[in-house]
Amino acid sequence: MSATALRAAEVSAEVLYRYTLHLGDTSLILAQRLGEWIGHAPALEEDLALANVGLDLIGQARYLLSYAAELEGKGRTEDDLAFLREPSDFTNLSLVEQPNGDFGHTIVRQLLIDAWQLELFERLQSSTASKLAELAAKALKETRYHFRFSAGWVVRLGDGTEESHRRVQEALDDLWKFTRELFAPSEVDGQAAAERIAPDLATLRSPWDARIDEVLRQATVVKPAPVAYAWHGKNAQHSEHLSRLLAEMQYMQRTYPGARW
Amino acid sequence: MVTAAGTSVSSLGSLTQREVWQLLTGVPDPEIPVLNVVELGLIRHVRSERAGHVEVGVSPTYTGCPATEVIQHSIRDHLESAGFGDVNVVTVLSPAWTSDWLTESAHRKLREYGIAPPAHSVAQPRHLFREPTVRCPLCASAKTERVSEFASTPCKALYRCIACLEPFEYFKCI
Repeated sequence: MSATALRAAEVSAEVLYRYTLHLGDTSLILAQRLGEWIGHAPALEEDLALANVGLDLIGQARYLLSYAAELEGKGRTEDDLAFLREPSDFTNLSLVEQPNGDFGHTIVRQLLIDAWQLELFERLQSSTASKLAELAAKALKETRYHFRFSAGWVVRLGDGTEESHRRVQEALDDLWKFTRELFAPSEVDGQAAAERIAPDLATLRSPWDARIDEVLRQATVVKPAPVAYAWHGKNAQHSEHLSRLLAEMQYMQRTYPGARW
Repeated sequence: MVTAAGTSVSSLGSLTQREVWQLLTGVPDPEIPVLNVVELGLIRHVRSERAGHVEVGVSPTYTGCPATEVIQHSIRDHLESAGFGDVNVVTVLSPAWTSDWLTESAHRKLREYGIAPPAHSVAQPRHLFREPTVRCPLCASAKTERVSEFASTPCKALYRCIACLEPFEYFKCI
C-alpha cells in the first residue's frame, strides 16, 4: 500500500470508530435516563415499558461500544468505554442527556429521538460498514415499537386534559432547541457520509418532520419555530446534566475499579 | 461450508449434526421455560471444525434481552455434559431474528402456557402498524384489548380479554 493509501485507510478506520462511538454513546445515555424511571413511573405498565425501551437501547449500546473498542484496538472493552470515560469524551446527542422532567417531558424526548432513529436505522442498513448495517436492521424493528409507544402517549397526553396538554406542549417547547443537532452534521458525520458509512443527515430531515408533524397534529400540539443554533453533544460539548448522569452511572466502577458481578 | 484454510467445517457427520440439534431441544428458554431454544428459532447453525468441537450460532431475540447470555451459557453446559469437549457459542445478528421463526409447536405451547402467540407473519412490514387480532389464550375470544406495548419481557405486550376479563401476555410480532 502506498503512503497515501495507508493514510486514507487510517482516516477511514478513525471515522468509523468515532461514528460508532457517537451512536453507542447516544443509545447508552438515553438508556440510563430511561432507567431512572424504574420504580417511579406513573403506572406499572409505563414503568415496564420505559425499562423495556431502555433495555433495547442498552443492547444497541453494548454492541456499538464493543465494536468501537475493537476498532480502537487498544485493548479497551465496552465496559471501559461506558464506565471509565470523562464527560468530555462522550459524543452523544445533547437531546438524550436532558433530564427526565415529568412523564410528558420524557415521552416527548423519546418521540423526537425514536423518529430520528427510525429514519437513521432505515438508511444505516445500507452502510458500507457491515457491522453497523446488521445492527441497524435489528434495531429498526425494535425502534418501530418504541415509536408506536412514544407517539401513542404524546397523542393521548396532548389530546387529553388541559393539564396534560399544557405539559406536553411545554416539554416540546423546551426540548425543541436540541433537535437541530439531529440534522446538523458534525465533522465525523460528514466524513462518515462521504465514505457511505452513514447516511447524509440532511436526508433524514423531511421524513422526520413528516412523522413528527403527524403525531403533533393528532396530539393538537403546536410545533415550535425552527431554531438556528445546533447543540454540540456529538462534538463532546455537553450541558452540566451529562456530568451528573455519569457520576451516578459510573460510581461503582470509579469507587471499586475492576469490580465484577 | 469451507473455511479460508480450505478445511471442511461440517466434519460433524450428518448423524451427529442431527444429534446436536436434538440435544438443543433440551435447552429451555429461561423466561418462557415451556419453549426450547430450537422452537424459538434462536439456533442459526451447528457446525464443527475438528473432532469433539461444535459451534452453535445463536440469534438474540431482542438486542438487549438479558436472557441471551443465560441461553448461551445453558447451551454450552448442555452440550458439554453431553460429551462435547470443545463448545463454541457465537452470536449471529444477521439476518435479524424474527417471530416468524417460532415453530408451530411453539405457537401451540405458548397458548397452552397462557401466552398468545404472534398473530401474523412479519414478512409484510406494513402489518406492524395495523392492529392484529389477538385471541385470548384462555377463552379464545377475539375481543381483547392491548393494555401496554411492553410487558414482563421485551418480546411481549400486555393484553386484557374483554370476554373473560383475564389479563394475558402476547408474544409480539417482530
